[in-house]
Amino acid sequence: MNVQTHPLPVATAPFLPEAFESIEEHHDAGAITTLGFWIYLMSDCILFAALFASFAVLRGATAGGPSGREIFSLPYVAVETACLLVSSFTYGMAMISADQGRQAWVLRWLGLTLLLGLTFVGMEIHEFVKLIADGAGPDRSGFLSAFFTLVGTHGLHVTSGMVWMGVLIAHLLRRGLTEANRTRLMCLSLFWHFLDIVWIGVFTVVYLMGAA
Amino acid sequence: MHEPRGPLIPTTAHGPSDGGAAHGSVKSYLTGFVLSVALTFIPFALVMSGAAPAATIIPICIVLGVAQIVVHLVYFLHMNGASTQSWNMAAFVFTLLIVAILVAGSLWVMYHLDVNMMPGMMPTG
Repeated sequence: MNVQTHPLPVATAPFLPEAFESIEEHHDAGAITTLGFWIYLMSDCILFAALFASFAVLRGATAGGPSGREIFSLPYVAVETACLLVSSFTYGMAMISADQGRQAWVLRWLGLTLLLGLTFVGMEIHEFVKLIADGAGPDRSGFLSAFFTLVGTHGLHVTSGMVWMGVLIAHLLRRGLTEANRTRLMCLSLFWHFLDIVWIGVFTVVYLMGAA
Repeated sequence: MHEPRGPLIPTTAHGPSDGGAAHGSVKSYLTGFVLSVALTFIPFALVMSGAAPAATIIPICIVLGVAQIVVHLVYFLHMNGASTQSWNMAAFVFTLLIVAILVAGSLWVMYHLDVNMMPGMMPTG
């Protein structure tokens, strides 16, 4: 009887909240979190592939409405592309600052990345509003339905990335560069660079091939 | 600094904090950025100038787009042949296969439906 009283607290210890905190802070847990996030990104990649396939099938289905050549403004898209591309670079600088343990610089680079993301989403919303006002909304043709779905889904991803970035900035201000925050920074880095890669597909397949 | 890890844990990390990928250096980010700017500028310039017919420009755009995706994967997402990254890589290669089947398969099937069905067979023409 006396013997059994001892192992019990040891067995229940990992379920205490403080133990969870230490598991979260553990290095290998961070690596596994990152792999899990990477696998989520791969599933997101398949979602975008389905939207790209729909767009590719429907790109000629204009139903008498405007085609890509008539509605796309390439200089405008070039500026959007530049915003995302520079934001990928500034996020990379934030990661390097995190490696060096310079939290103030991490916050500066993240702030700049957020600003570039906001510009991108703002420009995209402006483009959508203008198209809808001109009668080229998603209800006009199969081509425009596929266009709004593909580009809009990417825009929603960028928007959620920015919400995440805002939350992460708050975490960093509160707790600093902890192991948990470094893992979060790493996962958002993968997400942000992934969205830039999806945008390469969008500007090539939708805008450039549509306007060529 | 660098704990030994089992083969199931993906990492190319050089610090104690990062799982899954290395962070690169300022130089590698700059290289990636410059290459990426060039690979964006060329197709935009080609299409906007209208220097060549669409049949020539479109394949060039696709090739440059794929090249830019590779540049981003290598310089921004730090994917490389390191064996420690094998699970990331395995998931990525599998995803590429699914994406290829999805996109090529959809285009193939829908193209043949389009070619083989007479306009009168569908109510919408």
